[in-house]
Amino acid sequence: MSQAILSGNEAFARGAFEAGVRVASAYPGTPSTEILENVAQYPEIDSSWAPNEKVSLEVAIGASFGGARAMVAMKHVGLNVAADPFMTMSYIGVRGGLVVVVCDDPEMHSSQNEQDSRHYARLGKAPMLEPADSAEALAFTRLAFELSEQFDTPVLLRSNTRISHGKSIVTLGERVTGLPEPKIERNPGKFVMLPGNARKRHPVVEQRLLDLKAWGCDHEINRIEEGEGEIGVITAGISYQYAKEVLPKAHILKLGMVYPLPEQLIRDFAARCKTLYVIEELDPFIEEQVKAMGIEVKGKEIFPICGEFTPSRVAAALGLPQPQGVAVPSEPLPNRPPNMCPGCSHRGVFFALKRLGAFVTGDIGCYTLGALPPLSAMDTCVCMGAGISNATGVAKALGEAERSKVVGVMGDSTFLHSGITSLMDMAYSNTPATAIILDNRITAMTGRQDHPGSGPTLPGIDAIPLTLRRSAAPSASATSRSSIPTTSPGPSRLSTKKCAARNLRWSSPAVPACSTVTDAGSGVRRSSSRPKPAPPARPA
Amino acid sequence: MSPDVKNILLAGVGGQGTLLASEILSETLMLAGFDVKKSEVHGMSQRGGSVTSHVRYGKKVYSPLIPDGQVDVLFGFELLETYRYLPTLRPGGAVVVNDLKIMPSTVAMGTESYPENIPGKIRAVCPEAKIVDGLDLALKAGNIRTVNTVLLGALSQRMEIAEELWLAGLKKMVPERFLKENLAAFQLGRQA
Repeated sequence: MSQAILSGNEAFARGAFEAGVRVASAYPGTPSTEILENVAQYPEIDSSWAPNEKVSLEVAIGASFGGARAMVAMKHVGLNVAADPFMTMSYIGVRGGLVVVVCDDPEMHSSQNEQDSRHYARLGKAPMLEPADSAEALAFTRLAFELSEQFDTPVLLRSNTRISHGKSIVTLGERVTGLPEPKIERNPGKFVMLPGNARKRHPVVEQRLLDLKAWGCDHEINRIEEGEGEIGVITAGISYQYAKEVLPKAHILKLGMVYPLPEQLIRDFAARCKTLYVIEELDPFIEEQVKAMGIEVKGKEIFPICGEFTPSRVAAALGLPQPQGVAVPSEPLPNRPPNMCPGCSHRGVFFALKRLGAFVTGDIGCYTLGALPPLSAMDTCVCMGAGISNATGVAKALGEAERSKVVGVMGDSTFLHSGITSLMDMAYSNTPATAIILDNRITAMTGRQDHPGSGPTLPGIDAIPLTLRRSAAPSASATSRSSIPTTSPGPSRLSTKKCAARNLRWSSPAVPACSTVTDAGSGVRRSSSRPKPAPPARPA
Repeated sequence: MSPDVKNILLAGVGGQGTLLASEILSETLMLAGFDVKKSEVHGMSQRGGSVTSHVRYGKKVYSPLIPDGQVDVLFGFELLETYRYLPTLRPGGAVVVNDLKIMPSTVAMGTESYPENIPGKIRAVCPEAKIVDGLDLALKAGNIRTVNTVLLGALSQRMEIAEELWLAGLKKMVPERFLKENLAAFQLGRQA
């Protein structure tokens, strides 16, 4: 058994390898991106970037139908895109184990909202596990596949920025063997969700939740850590670490499965504590269910709902004395916002749009930085793919005088993710607005991952890149950086210049798939499961 | 808060190699037999934004984030970013900082101004602060991109970790072809 210091994302990848996963798919999104990049280092797993999260989940569902264990990873808002297949897959269940890793972003370090993805577990009636460090990320991934097959359900694994991008020490295991070989097996009553079949599956799903609840009362994934005194804490995930930090003597019920909750275990624990806190980031998800059991707890009346927790924020909410740092005279300091890279082709586009006084409906990517000074040339940004459809809507709403000012802007990866349908609608409805695809041939924001328009696949195999000019619209014209049209509205424009940072590669070694220390303090051995063709790029 | 846990906060600008330095530091601490946790935020940092990395080590570490006012060593790669996080330093804590100014876009645009005399202000609260000319030493080591390793060398002088463990950490994390200049940079930083 060897030890390694791994990020949560590296540990999820290692867990997938050890669990015998054969197929993995994802669309990049911070803080989840490095999961698939690390999975791709294991040649035993077929890893691919999908155009969007829905496609990635459907690929994984297909692999499960075929009898293979399959995993997908996405950021929290990615699960909104994949929600459609997820909700019905809960009814279908699985053949090969199916695990969905979803990474929340409390504090919105790089996201447009801080939705709490635990609600998807309740909505979809599927179990959700939540690790508290990298060691649990690895162990829970392995367990999730066992649970998936034992209870015939997709399993959600919830991470967040601090788990995914935090590093801690893990013990590595071996890849499981003896899993059944994938082969065709027909089971239409289970796999074909016609209303008649789905009606039969729904009661199965309800019984599954009851079975999981009972399982959670007996399994060590939910554990009580005995403390001293009369204070008890129910907590899970990263919040457990903060609870241990600020209340080292409290009794702790540490939940590894946050849905469904182990009701009897919670009742037994609560009966022993005079004061009971629920310490959880974001929404009162556990708190409200515990209160519905008739148990008195303190939660969101003292702990914040907005933003991420830190040990200091948790201590402040509990009214504990806080150590003070050195006294520094206060003075206003200049901010240091991120910028578009030197040489980035987006700069010229936004400069021109600003000069033309365009009303720009934007989208998600590097180019969203065009909203910041000094460019300040983006007026809306909602979600992946909205840039062009928002432009359609704004143009429909406006009178003729202002319509020509409307420009929808999105990148090539976003266009292929979910903008292609927006453009079809703009063309179909003959809307007099302009759409610009900022085609830099890469998914730049998340660290320059390839996509169907850029070429090679994740393992580095050549692929024929989709030509946007053909697929966008017959009237599309390629546009250089200096001639942005807004005076003659047409459905589609392309700005083509490769990402300025495209060929940047880190001089540091890429995240090792399996960085091992055989004997802490003496021998050092770095091993990788295979030499990589090219180190995966990753956001700094 | 656990008294046996030590806290190092790295602060710099995206692109300076702060995160690689925190990787080498964490590996070294693991080799030294400590429980280690490290936390940072990826994403925007690549594009010239502020970067911090929390590194905590000890017998048993829970929170990956350092509690406010509990930084034992503030390890800065740029003056303004170090000054920004100075209030997180515990009284009696140490500062190791690169003597380098990188102008934020807000300063370049003229909407905000870069503070005057940051080294003096740092020394006012931490008289023992080590201010290193990382760029000069990196050039002497033979590669301008080894500034982060120079700074690690300077940090290593202020931590009770055997030199061979630092070297082992470096060898593990730095590609073979860049190793020689990084080892030179580390030694120059140690002597600074």
